[in-house]
Amino acid sequence: MKFIHEFGRYILMLRDMFSKPENRKVYWKEFMHQCNDIGIGSLGIVVIISIFMGAVSTLQTAYQLVSPLIPKSSIAQIVRDTVLLEFAPTLVCIVLAGVVGSKIASELGNMRVSEQIDALEIMGINTKTYLVLPKIVAAMIVIPMLVVISAGLGIWGGRLAGQAAGILSTTDYDKGLLNSFLPYNVVFAMIKAYVFSFIISSVPAFYGYYVEGGALEIGRASTKSVVVSCILILFADYVLAAILL
Amino acid sequence: MIEVQHIKKGFGDKIVINDVSAVMDDGKCNLIIGSSGSGKTVFMKCLVGLFRPDSGSILYDGEDFTNMDTLGRKEIRKKIGMLFQGSALFDSLTVERNVQFPLDMFTDWTLAEKKKRVNEVLDRVELKDANKKFPAEISGGMKKRVGIARAIVLNPKYLFCDEPNSGLDPQTSLVIDKLIKELTLEFNITTVINTHDMNSVMEIGDKIIYMYKGEKEWEGTNKEIIFSKSQRLNDFIFASEFLKDAKDMRMLEQTGKIDNNRNMDDLLQ
Repeated sequence: MKFIHEFGRYILMLRDMFSKPENRKVYWKEFMHQCNDIGIGSLGIVVIISIFMGAVSTLQTAYQLVSPLIPKSSIAQIVRDTVLLEFAPTLVCIVLAGVVGSKIASELGNMRVSEQIDALEIMGINTKTYLVLPKIVAAMIVIPMLVVISAGLGIWGGRLAGQAAGILSTTDYDKGLLNSFLPYNVVFAMIKAYVFSFIISSVPAFYGYYVEGGALEIGRASTKSVVVSCILILFADYVLAAILL
Repeated sequence: MIEVQHIKKGFGDKIVINDVSAVMDDGKCNLIIGSSGSGKTVFMKCLVGLFRPDSGSILYDGEDFTNMDTLGRKEIRKKIGMLFQGSALFDSLTVERNVQFPLDMFTDWTLAEKKKRVNEVLDRVELKDANKKFPAEISGGMKKRVGIARAIVLNPKYLFCDEPNSGLDPQTSLVIDKLIKELTLEFNITTVINTHDMNSVMEIGDKIIYMYKGEKEWEGTNKEIIFSKSQRLNDFIFASEFLKDAKDMRMLEQTGKIDNNRNMDDLLQ
């Protein structure tokens, strides 16, 4: 019963987000602020994760491909597809669920507890449109960009690691990257990025917006939002793979 | 003028407001008092539309606020200013930007016009040299002043103050009370104040509504309150011996008599 009630409230929150903005300039400013917070704010961690993710993929693939019959360039092929299909969209989004999700939940939770949301409501502002919508739209624009950057850096990290460890030359790696490349994999990665970015932003926004109590509850809401987002990302990952591949 | 007609509000099985009717007059400080849990915060939240009453209606200058559509409620809310207990300032904005926020949202003024208006209201609440500070960098009293400045920046017709003196020292409380009273008279605002502070009750209570367990127990002015026969109100207002003495002294001054339940000798000692 509780799940149905919560899900209903979540859907109502999403529905109520869509109303005419009181002032487009202020909303645009808030949207740009969120793009900066979510995009630039998470860029550092995405860069670090992506490079190491690609590097480790190269080393572990090389470790497992011991047969002399398999050309070295296959390592690049495997790294490319793994990074594109799974690591860049899923792993990065799970990390972002922690980084961005907890920030959104705690920001809105703090605003709720300190009556800032009530203050906006009394001014006659639709707080769901002003506070939640820009976060979701910004996430859905910026997070797919981060996934693209992550995929590029992951593949580049694999190239660096392959060369540094003497596993395969950069020429072999580049040759492998071009072998049997399916552009659909990029489309699939982007679909995943859009779905995950919606989960990453809307679920924490829901938990933060409806928080009740004090500082302890803000912490709980933040943790719960990250856990639920991660589970939903993994579930959506499976469903999308089953449907689209 | 705000008219409250037989409103009821409950959460689950618990009835928090039970059939309360009242009139909040223009140009006056209308105080809602009562002990913790008496329902005064819920009552105020019903008045401003944060809670929807289960039954009854709230009329703003004759317009039924409770049954209005979203657009109508938005229009009424633009005429409302509210000072929150914790001031509810936006943490990420400076004092100046906090006060400017309603202007950014609801006016097409130029930046220069907005700055001029912001400085006017900040001067009016006697807050200078704090424009560029963040809420975390100013004192509780200053936060209340910023909250008042933000509440009045759009020239509201109705001003709601939830516990304006909570967490303030007695001297600053008096200054905030005086400021609210002056603004009420200056702009002929309908001011509704939710308070526990007895100083406020005596100093600025043009109209006082005492709530007890979700019901209106007593209504009157600060002049009438010392003559009230309501035992619950007397127990609430004149809780300490000091306040009981103060009440008796005031009664003695005005009528030559003191509370029948008390001994004149005790007072004169």
